[in-house]
Order: sequence, then structure tokens, then C-alpha cells
Amino acid sequence: MTVSSLQPLDPKQFDARCAQHLLQRAGFGGTPQQIQALADLGLKKSVEYIVNYKELPDPEPPAIADYDKDIIRPLTSDERALVKKARQTKDEDLVDQFRKERQKRQREDRKQIAEMEEWWLRRMISTPRPLEEKLTLFWHGHFATGYRTIENSYHMYMQNMFFRDNAMGNFKEDLVRGIIHDPAMIKYLNNHQNRKQAPNENLAREIMELFTLGEGDGYTEDDIKEGARTLTGYTVEDDSFNMQIRQHDSGTKKIFGRSGKFDGDDFVDLIFTRSSASTFVIEKLYRYFVNDLPHGETIESKAYIRALSKKFKQHGWNIKPIIETILLSDHFYDSANRNAIIKSPVQLIVQAARTLNPPQRKKMARTLAIASDVMGQRLFAPPSVKGWDGGRTWINTSTLFMRQNTLLYLLTGQRPDSDAWEADGTRYDAIALVNGHTRSEKTALNHLLTTLLNVETPAKDRVASLEDYLKTQHNTVNNETVTGLLTLITAMPEYQLC
Amino acid sequence: MSHHHHDHESTSSTGSKDAYSRRLFMQQGMAFLSMATTVPLFMQRSAEGVMLPVGSLVSSQAGIPEDHTLVVIQLGGGNDGLNTVIPYGDRSYYNNRPQIAIKQADALTIPGADGYGLHPNLTGMRDLLDNGQAAIIQGVGYPNPNRSHFTSTDIWHTAEHSGQGYGWLGKYFDNTCAGKPNPKGSIAIGNKAPLALHGQTQKAVNFETEELFKWAGSTVNSVLGESYDDINRKETTQANNRDSQLDFLLRTSLDAQVSSDRIRAAVAKQPLLRYPDGQLAQQLQLIGSMIRADLPTRVYYASLGGFDTHANQLNSHANLMRQLGDALKTFQADLVKQGNSGKVVTMVFSEFGRRVAQNGSAGTDHGTAAPMFLIGDNVQNGLLGKHPSLTDLDQGDLKFNTDFREVYTAVLEDWMGANAQTILGKKYTKSGVFKT
Repeated sequence: MTVSSLQPLDPKQFDARCAQHLLQRAGFGGTPQQIQALADLGLKKSVEYIVNYKELPDPEPPAIADYDKDIIRPLTSDERALVKKARQTKDEDLVDQFRKERQKRQREDRKQIAEMEEWWLRRMISTPRPLEEKLTLFWHGHFATGYRTIENSYHMYMQNMFFRDNAMGNFKEDLVRGIIHDPAMIKYLNNHQNRKQAPNENLAREIMELFTLGEGDGYTEDDIKEGARTLTGYTVEDDSFNMQIRQHDSGTKKIFGRSGKFDGDDFVDLIFTRSSASTFVIEKLYRYFVNDLPHGETIESKAYIRALSKKFKQHGWNIKPIIETILLSDHFYDSANRNAIIKSPVQLIVQAARTLNPPQRKKMARTLAIASDVMGQRLFAPPSVKGWDGGRTWINTSTLFMRQNTLLYLLTGQRPDSDAWEADGTRYDAIALVNGHTRSEKTALNHLLTTLLNVETPAKDRVASLEDYLKTQHNTVNNETVTGLLTLITAMPEYQLC
Repeated sequence: MSHHHHDHESTSSTGSKDAYSRRLFMQQGMAFLSMATTVPLFMQRSAEGVMLPVGSLVSSQAGIPEDHTLVVIQLGGGNDGLNTVIPYGDRSYYNNRPQIAIKQADALTIPGADGYGLHPNLTGMRDLLDNGQAAIIQGVGYPNPNRSHFTSTDIWHTAEHSGQGYGWLGKYFDNTCAGKPNPKGSIAIGNKAPLALHGQTQKAVNFETEELFKWAGSTVNSVLGESYDDINRKETTQANNRDSQLDFLLRTSLDAQVSSDRIRAAVAKQPLLRYPDGQLAQQLQLIGSMIRADLPTRVYYASLGGFDTHANQLNSHANLMRQLGDALKTFQADLVKQGNSGKVVTMVFSEFGRRVAQNGSAGTDHGTAAPMFLIGDNVQNGLLGKHPSLTDLDQGDLKFNTDFREVYTAVLEDWMGANAQTILGKKYTKSGVFKT
């Protein structure tokens, strides 16, 4: 196949189910009203609306003012001198005091990262710019950095802002070049220990293996060693990038067969001369937006990724035209790609919170953050520099129960982590979800199944089971029975897909 | 949506007969599912299958029975090794710990070990030693020790100094059965599966209590529970063996229901003896019940927190020692009574030990090497390895004598019948901790 595999969908085919597919993949789903609004808008205008999110209001001003950037800070020179003296004179009390102060700060910082976790979840739930958050989450998993290792919440926050600001920017110039100057990443991959006399290869290796080229694709171990030399002296001073000239190796390096007195920026330029720099991240975007390919690449996906990679290079590694192309393309809306991705824990939670209209509950954001963690996805704490494996690895018997019970919590207040019951908060207005579809219990049920699962015709035996439930309720459609139906539909295996 | 309300309604309605017959059908359905021989075809590729019969897989090394089970207990926070195995014969122990040292007269003697005793509250451990069921490996650690709880925990879990990558037991499962998830799997007690159990394909089942390992909707309303069962327990017409995403989810869902039934049935039985109170004993009671019910799970994971004793540690540490010793003793006695003690080994570790010298608050700060315990009929009983020197220190910390990966190597090879080098990525000397 050629570029034609990127051909756009026939606009006439863009119906409510397509609109919902678009909303689920480019964001976190939509309410029936939002779905209908996009369906009325049509394919092209819908995609424009979603992609040009910067024209929409920011949900809330950056939370930067709410956070303390100095909880974790380097000791001042006076403090350093004091500690040194206390150690020399064996002044145990003073050493103890410093130790306690440090532990107190670490505790406070852990509280702050927990608040940031909640803030991000709330932002994802409330934003009118869902694609912005969806991409920020993608980059967080792609350039994975974990709080547990760097133990500095403010640096994690700065990195999160960096991903958000550049979510749809240029992959090479903004994201990859930016990440080698990012304090959180530099610390996470030990580049602050990468010195001329004692190079540390961690960052150089992962830039190629995990961020741009893919494992072993177009580089050698020698390229890593030489790449590490280009990044010597790239370190952090307090909250900013700092180039320590004295630690930088300014000698000649040989990378991909070319020689020169390269620095980190040259290294980035060199990486993008490799062909896999145009394909690796595109395949990851494909798995994130189109199909997570549980059985590996298919003939169609291969052709599509090849065509998209070509376009990516032609457009100078700009992300925006790629996202636009995906969201417009016929392939994206193909039936094989509908409901083909297993929702990440964050997708599951945020989509449910945005579309099921659950009431606010006490400490809701904290509960949801914990639930997400238990399901395998803690924000600001991906399991390793590889990020989250995603796909089927999200699901096993215990995470499946946790997923169902977290949705149950949103709907009823039954806590997912204990026998306790969270009954406070406003009453759940479930009936709103079937507004205008209450002519009969069957219409209501069908409406719920269609909009929650994004299917035209739900499986017959499922419908039968749910009809049986309604029968026990005398086929009454009221707030309680709709809530009951919602707890059952969200516990269906189908609800795990988007 | 009160429970009562609906019961009342359904009995007074004409739908009650339907509800009754459906309930009957459900019971038959469950009986059908629990018979492994008649499991529907698409379930046989089950990802977590605690319901598969023992013997469905052969372990990779000849001579190692395939029902060998490992129970891992993590003492979270960094256990003070020097107040666990007490070097009462060493003056510097008392010099370094004027307020928190344990007197020789109080320490429990360890048969055949002069100069070393057990914490006075480890009477349970002492009994295990008398029964020939306890190996105490001294001075276990690793080079370039990390004193962060998180990082050091990750190092122990991954067996890698970077603390990154998959867990050592996860990798064990990944490597059995050629990378396919081992259907025997692992179960962790707790709200999160520990990194140690995470493999590329192997993910642990975990739950805090068996009551949380189920859909909670029936608590909200029992009618919902019936409908949920109806939806999640039957093979739907959509499952078609093409292994689509939906097939995979249907399979896991059905699997979850069956596992949940089996586990809850297992722990509903009264244990053969009374377990003491406390977090660890309760977890071990759960595990004991699952072992008794012959779940083919090969690795169980439990943990006890509170070992981060920075201040006034004497009492808090003593309580933890009491809990640990008593829980281990009861668990082992339970296994003996069940007739399962020959197929279970329990391994106890902590992410690090604590400093030799006490700090200014009658506590101890993060340190390095500490003892590990292995409990079971098949372990080399007694005090093993060499106690670290209290004077030849590395920045005030003990130097380890046994790398923990040497113990892992023994567990993997001598107990689990696996190739340790493949799993750990490096060849380590094998600790002689099992009977030969």
C-alpha cells in the first residue's frame, strides 16, 4: 500500500458511533450530548475542534502557585558547612536534627506528589481539552520518569508541564531535545553522574533504545558509549538544567560513523538521521490511538504505520499533522479498530467519571488515584523507564475485580478498597443518562448499551441478562434501576474496551 | 437500593419463579465450571488459572516435585538484624548500643551457636529450630548497598542493582513454560502485587482479604449479584476462539469468578489450629487455607510492616519479633498438621538491616546486611553463614557475607527446579540452605 492507506474516511459515514470512537480515542469518551454534537458537526470539523484544543479555554490556570517548589532543595552552603562540622565534632544532636528535618521534608514531598496525582486526575476529568491530557499521558509513559527514584515532586510537576506544553509539538526539536535538558529525566537516568572522567551511559542508551529508535535498531554499543560522552556535564542545579563545562567531554566522538566534537544537541541531530527515528514513536502512537495489536503487527497496520512514518519525516517530525491524519483516516474508523484497545486504568476511571455523571464523593480523587495504582497505573510513577506495558498486561483476575469495583464505587459509593461504604455526597442522578429514551424499558436499556459500549447491536445474551434484571424490577425505569443497570454494564468485559 | 426491599419485591412478584430457576441454573453452572475436566475449550488458555489441576505443567528440572511452593514474607521498613540475631559475645555490640542492646541473659540460645542468640520474643523461631525447621542465614546483603527503602526494596525484588526491570519471581514464571504465563501463578496478600512477582507476562493475583477478591455489587444489592453472575459466568456466543480482545476479557472474567469461588471456599474452612492475632498471622492463615485446599499456586507473598524503627525501638521491635516468631511457628505447625510441610518453604527478608550504632533517639537508622530466614522441613537447620564483623565496618555499616542472590539461586534451583542463571541474569554461588 502507498499513501492511500492514510486516506480519510468518507465524511458521509461519520455517524454517532464514529463520533464516539473519536471521542474515546482522542480523549476520554463523551456524553450522549457531546457525541451527538460531534456527529452533527461532521468529520472534518470534529477533528479540527479536537486537535486545535489550544483555542479552547484552559480548564484551570496552572497549579504551579499551589505547589511548594522548595520542599526538596539542596542545602545552602551554610547548612552544608554546619552538617560537616557536626559530623567532625560528633555532635549527634545536630546531625540528628538535620536528619529529622530531611525526613520531614521527604514526608511533605510525598504528600505533595499525592496532591499532584489528584490534581492531574481531576484535570483529566474536567478538561474541555481532553486530547491535550491524553497526549500528556502518552509522553509521560513514553519518556517515563518515576517519582520514587527522583523523590522530587516539583521536578515531576515541571516535567508534566513540559509534556503538556509540547504535547503536539515537534518530536525532535521540542520533545527529544527538551528531555535531555529536563531535570527530572537527568536525575532519573543518572545523567548528573555522567562526567568526562566517569561517563554514565544510562541516558544515552535509553534515548536511543526507548525514546527514539527502538532496541538495537540502527545503533551499536559503541554509539551508546560515544553518545554518553556527548551528554557529559548535562546536569541539574536546583530546579534548572545546568551545563557543567568542566565535566563535559569536548573531545571528538564517533557516532553512526561520523566524527566530530559533538555535544548532546548534535547527538539528537544525529539520531534523527536514522530511519527508525521516524517509525519507532509512530508505532507507539498507533498502539495508543488506533489498535494495541495484541498479536503483533498485521499487514494493514504495517502498511499504515509505514505510510504514517513517511509523512512524519516529510513534516519534519511534527506531531500535530500525524494526529490529525490518524483521526481523519478511514483505517482509524475501520470496524477492526473499534473497541480494540484495552482501557488503561486512567482511561477507565476518567472516561467513566466524564460520561457516567457520578456525584462528587468525599476524598474521591484520592480514592480514584489509589484505585488506579492498584490497577497498575500510578501517575508520576511508571514502573520503569519503559513506561507501562499496557494492552493485555493491564488485565488479570485481581485487576479485573478492582476495575469493576472502582466503577461500582463511582456509581454507588461502595468503596473499592474495603468493605466501607461512602454514602455521602450528592445523590446520583442516573436517570439523566437515559433522558429522552424512556419510552419503554427496552429503549432505555438499548440506549445505555449503545452509548456505554459504543456498539450498534449489543450481544443478544447480554441484553437478555439485563432484561432479566429489569424484570425483577417490574420493568420500572427509575433512578435506582438505571443505577443497577449501570453497575452491571460497567462490570461487563465489553466495558474494558474502547 | 436496600437488600431487603428487593427480596420482598421478588418474592411477591410473579418473577419469583424465574428468579428461583435461574438461581438453580447458576448453581449447576458453577458446579460445571469447577470440574476441570469439562472446562470449556476457550477457558483452557486461561491467564491466571488457579483452577487448573496440579500437574498440568512439569517443572523444568528433573527430580524437583512440581508442587513445591514458596511463601515469601517481607519485613517492611528494614529489620534491625543485630537485635534479631544478637551477637552477645561481642563487646562492641554493647558499646554501640548502650540503650537498646539485648542482654545475653535475655537472648534465646541457638543450638550449636556460641556467642549468638535470638531476640527474647522469637520463642516461635526457637521452637522451629528445635524441630529442625529453621535456617537462619546471617549477614545477607549486596554490594554498594542502597539505604533508600524504595530503591533497596526494588533491588531485592528485581535482583538487579539498578532496581529496575521485572521481579525475580515474575521472571521465574516467565521462564517456565517458554514465556507463557504459568497457569499456576502467584498470589500476594495485599492491595498491590509486589514488584517481585511482576514478570513480562506473569502478573500476580492479589487481594487484601478474600472478600475483596470478588465483585462487590452483590453487597449493594443481592439481585444485582445474580445478574452479574448471569453475565460473567457463562460462555457467551461472542467467544469464538479467535482470541480477540473480547475473548481474552471474557476468559479472564470467567477465570476470575472461578478463582474467587475457589479461594473463598478455601478460606471459609476453619483452620486446623488457631492462629495468633496480628497482621502477619492473619495473612499466613489465608495462605495456609489456600495451600490446604490444594490451589496449584506456587508462590505466595505476605508482608509485615513497621520495621523502620528510628526512635524508641525496644518495645516496637519486640512486638514485631513476637508477631514474626509466633506467626511462623503457627503457620509451620498448620502445614505439618495438613500434611503439607514437605512441599512448602517460607523465606523471610527485609530490604536492609540497620546501623550498628544506635542513634540519638534510642532507635537505629537505615543500614545494610541482616539475617534472612528459611522455614520448612527441607531447610538446613541452624545458624548459617558468617555473622558480619561489628568492627570492620563500611561507613558505620555491616559488610555483608552472603549476597541475597546466592540465597535466591538456592531457592530457584534446589526448591523451584529452575535455572537460576537465566532468571537472575548472572551466575551466583548457590547458598547451601537446603538439605542435601
